[in-house]
Amino acid sequence: MIEFEHVTKRYGASAVVENLSLAVAGGEFCVIIGTSGAGKSTALKMINQLVSPSEGRVRVNGEDVRLAPPAALRRRIGYVIQSIGLFPHWTVARNIGAVPELIGWSKRRIRARAAELLTLLKLAPDAFLDRYPHELSVGQQQRVGIARALAADQDILLMDEPFGALDPITREALQAEIAEIQRASRKTVVFVTHDMDEALRLGSRIAVMDRGRLVQAATPLELLTAPASDFVRDLVGRDDLGVKLLGLATVASRLRAGVPAPGEPIAAGASLRRALSRMVAEGRDRLGVVDGDGRPLGAIHLADLLRR
Amino acid sequence: MRARLRDPLLWTSLALVALVLALPRSKPLFAALFPGLERPLFELDDFAALLAGHLLLVGASSGAAVLLGLGAGIFVTRAAGAEFRGLVETIITIGQTFPPVAVLAVAVPVIGFGFDPAFIALLLYGLLPIVDTTIAGLAGVPAPLREAARGMGMGEGAILCKLELPLAAPVILAGVRSSVIINVGTATVASTVGARTLGLPIIIGLNGANPAYILQGAVPVALLAIVLDLAFGRLLAMLQPPRYSMPNS
Repeated sequence: MIEFEHVTKRYGASAVVENLSLAVAGGEFCVIIGTSGAGKSTALKMINQLVSPSEGRVRVNGEDVRLAPPAALRRRIGYVIQSIGLFPHWTVARNIGAVPELIGWSKRRIRARAAELLTLLKLAPDAFLDRYPHELSVGQQQRVGIARALAADQDILLMDEPFGALDPITREALQAEIAEIQRASRKTVVFVTHDMDEALRLGSRIAVMDRGRLVQAATPLELLTAPASDFVRDLVGRDDLGVKLLGLATVASRLRAGVPAPGEPIAAGASLRRALSRMVAEGRDRLGVVDGDGRPLGAIHLADLLRR
Repeated sequence: MRARLRDPLLWTSLALVALVLALPRSKPLFAALFPGLERPLFELDDFAALLAGHLLLVGASSGAAVLLGLGAGIFVTRAAGAEFRGLVETIITIGQTFPPVAVLAVAVPVIGFGFDPAFIALLLYGLLPIVDTTIAGLAGVPAPLREAARGMGMGEGAILCKLELPLAAPVILAGVRSSVIINVGTATVASTVGARTLGLPIIIGLNGANPAYILQGAVPVALLAIVLDLAFGRLLAMLQPPRYSMPNS
């Protein structure tokens, strides 16, 4: 549970964040989105006290963060940044174990935890534990960066444009993984991005910021269907609104159970956006639907995509 | 084993020891080389003792310079000392413009002859490269690493000891290396104020127009400088600078 209560941050005369009030519930995946300079990173850093508010209060689990010793507070909050920040002179294992080392875990427990997290992030522990960051690709480095933020099993995870420097394929893979990790662990995630597709894909709630102010905080569906202002409408994108809406729902939600369809089927968990894309690309108006194990469930028709 | 035998650090060290041991017995050689000289071998002091005195002076002054230089470099790169950075850099640069002989000349009337004025002159001389490289090394630690460390809950002391100093170590060590090598040379001048160093035969040789004495002082000093430089080279190689690979942000 993270609460911003009328939080303002000024540098000199200009307010970077102005009168921000926002509550992120436990287990929520909250994405803060905005253009550069909107104050989203500053807002994030006020949660772990890397930045102190000029006015107002930030509370984590009910406790004012200014009353907690900063180091102790930060050890309870995972933190992932765009530039990753792995220590170049430490092995992957030691990097992942940085916070556990600070809180006094045994060497053995740290190594076991590092191996477990590498497996979770789809890096083979035997191949990676003892390597140095410069031997890894940027995508692998950010996997290690995420592992490091999860190491002490903190229940809050702050992510500051973590995938901004990755190529689209790696970014998409890591988005899927962080979404899965959050679903499985019910961690509270606050995730900063300027990429609306990323926000829609990951967020259970999206907070839109513009020039230091919170413009709208809403579910992805509300944001698309009831944008609070022209700024939000522009940010969402007017041209491909429909496609984005399709991206929010899965094939399973429009399934015609038991109806057969020819051709290569689509997974029930895929988005309707992907279904539409397949139909257009393949020139078909219906696709078979299968479950995760490839068992046929039914079909989805083009007309189903228009149902609300 | 063969690689060990080819190690230049090993055989230059051995050459230095052998030279110091052989010099007292080399009178016939220098008599033959310089037939015109009445005293072809420096016999006022023991070469081993001069080498030891030289090493002691360089070691003590460089050690103190490392402590002071590191301390000053760390202090001015902290938030609390940032405003002193310009001042410290200026003072040390000005200190460097005084020739060592001038520092010795000023120090002698204040603290007398012997080891102490030499120690002070060498200490001041050795500071500049160390402070310089300490500041450069610490400033070269990428800001995102510091942010990541703070964000994880590392304290300022832990960030300095576990992150900044290890990453800056190769740069700082390069500064210590030049400081020590400069001091090996400067320590010869220190014998003018009565410090017992390998400069003694050189100074006496210059005064008495005795080229044999000059050689007997200069060759061991040069060899000592080479040995120490090789030793630092070895140390630097062991501290492979870690490579950074970070996306632009």
